[in-house]
Amino acid sequence: MDWNLLDEALGLHHTHAKPWPLCGRFVLVEDCVDTSAAFVLHHILKRSFSSGPSSAVLFLAFSHPFSHYDRVLRKLGCNLAAQRDNGRFLFLDMLMLQCPDEGKPNQDGLASVFEQIERVIAALHEDKKFISIIIDDISFLEVAANGSSSDVLNLLHYCHTLTSEYGCAFIALGHKDIYLNGDNAAVILEMEYYADILVRAEPLSTGLAKDVHGQLMVSDKETQHQHGISAIKTHNFHFKVKENGIECFYPGTKI
Amino acid sequence: MAATRARVSSFSRNVSTETSQNPGLKHGPNGTMFISSGIPDLDKILGGGFSLGSLVMVMEDAEAPHHMLLLRNFMSQGLVQKQPLLYASASRDPKRFLGTLPSLASLKGDKSSDLSHEKDLRIAWQYKKYFGEPQLNLNTNNGGQHDYCNDFDLRKPLDRQFFSGSNVDCVSINDSPNLTALQDRCAGFLAKFSRNEGCIRTAGRIAIQSFCSPQCKYSNEEWHMLSFIRSLKGMARTSNAVVVVTFPPSLLSPSCSKRLQHMADTLLSVKTIPDEDKELAKLLTGYQDMIGLLNVHKIARLNTQVPVILEATTFSLKLHKRRFLVLECLNQAPVDGSSGSSYGTSGGCSGSTKTGSLDF
Repeated sequence: MDWNLLDEALGLHHTHAKPWPLCGRFVLVEDCVDTSAAFVLHHILKRSFSSGPSSAVLFLAFSHPFSHYDRVLRKLGCNLAAQRDNGRFLFLDMLMLQCPDEGKPNQDGLASVFEQIERVIAALHEDKKFISIIIDDISFLEVAANGSSSDVLNLLHYCHTLTSEYGCAFIALGHKDIYLNGDNAAVILEMEYYADILVRAEPLSTGLAKDVHGQLMVSDKETQHQHGISAIKTHNFHFKVKENGIECFYPGTKI
Repeated sequence: MAATRARVSSFSRNVSTETSQNPGLKHGPNGTMFISSGIPDLDKILGGGFSLGSLVMVMEDAEAPHHMLLLRNFMSQGLVQKQPLLYASASRDPKRFLGTLPSLASLKGDKSSDLSHEKDLRIAWQYKKYFGEPQLNLNTNNGGQHDYCNDFDLRKPLDRQFFSGSNVDCVSINDSPNLTALQDRCAGFLAKFSRNEGCIRTAGRIAIQSFCSPQCKYSNEEWHMLSFIRSLKGMARTSNAVVVVTFPPSLLSPSCSKRLQHMADTLLSVKTIPDEDKELAKLLTGYQDMIGLLNVHKIARLNTQVPVILEATTFSLKLHKRRFLVLECLNQAPVDGSSGSSYGTSGGCSGSTKTGSLDF
């Protein structure tokens, strides 16, 4: 398999250590209006299925229906419909999820979501699967919870605890620019704090370009504290999104 | 029957033969369908039009009603093609707005092509390269096949016959204390276009004008509005309809406006231009004809992960012969680093130095 810079930054090329290197880790992906980072989720999804037959993915879709992901991933060489049929891809359609209105405690809305997640994870864990939980839009989750950031944080925390409890990988996409003026920023700040790997997509400062769609910054908070100091490894590179994959390269190295 | 079913596989091209008879629909990439925005140039910029199932948001300029131009053409185009329409606005009598919709342009062909020809001549040949390929304006669909996208004459109102039928539904969101009523109307409307069978008979259009404007009673409940838009998007995704929502970002909190922008599949913004901005007039060609600027921030990417990168994202809104809405690339004067002078004076062509009456 040919690894690109994103795989190296996420540590996905260390397949000899673990079949699914993101196990037990929390990857937070951040983007903005100009540069969407949804392709990072697609990439991780594809890699997780190609990592081996024992991987499984639980996908909480807030922004796109299954047909969208099916078509995108098919072009990346991965058949989601087939994976869904053999039980390795569990797609929870949350497009129309709406917690009960204010006044009533809207705890039960997201609580039932988490119960659903936990049931699925426990069942998959029985089968000795390496599980990834992917949330495709945290900001939609907030809207579904009527802006109650504590409910959203609770759900995200519970999902995060699954990374240690069952060794799941947890991958979530959020939009950084929503919180820039400090409104409701607790959600993104806490998530950044908990994240083991932070992937940030930004547009080029020089504007739009046909050949370079933006830049990625991947910072990996190393988990092994060999000398008592945790090192943060940061990778910066440019990317171009294509139908059949992504092209990553260091600034200026693309002709 | 059996034969047709056998052909429907993952490579289902025969759907196209059925639906291509519908003039209002066009096949796009990745299994999407387009309907026209009602502005030929905008269709071209967006790569064909608005994708069915997408949510289009237009950010208004608080000082000018340019978003209405986009909305009117969008609605007229649908009505001309007999596509059902749901229109919601904060005015007390939204039905009256239908009377202001532009009508189909009647005179076609030779006259306008004459004019485009004349326009071409007025561009000095040396500067052709600056215009490049995206000479987006005008008449490439000359010749009468205006079935997919029509030109609309902004000075003539649309014939009553187009909107007197039962396929137009108007909703006033002025009095309702919350958005549940509108949401139910939209849900009922979109349910008619749900995407279950392979063949698309017609497409629906929903136009919501000045969403979250202050005359609506719920305008201070941001989460309520956001969840409405989110559910609208969710419903649109599974139906053969396009939802166009215009909203004033200046009246919202920055984070709420950003959230709406993230929700949009296609995001446009309109801006007015100051009347007597001498510097801008020097910088841009055809400044006097411009009525505003259109910015394309985001183009829907349904079923794909590849972003659409345009040559230019800012276009000038112009009224051609005071009748037709056209979009043009901004023809910016090339800035000469050494001299720092404007286009007109740095150009080598002696004729172009007397700009004034000329087009550049």
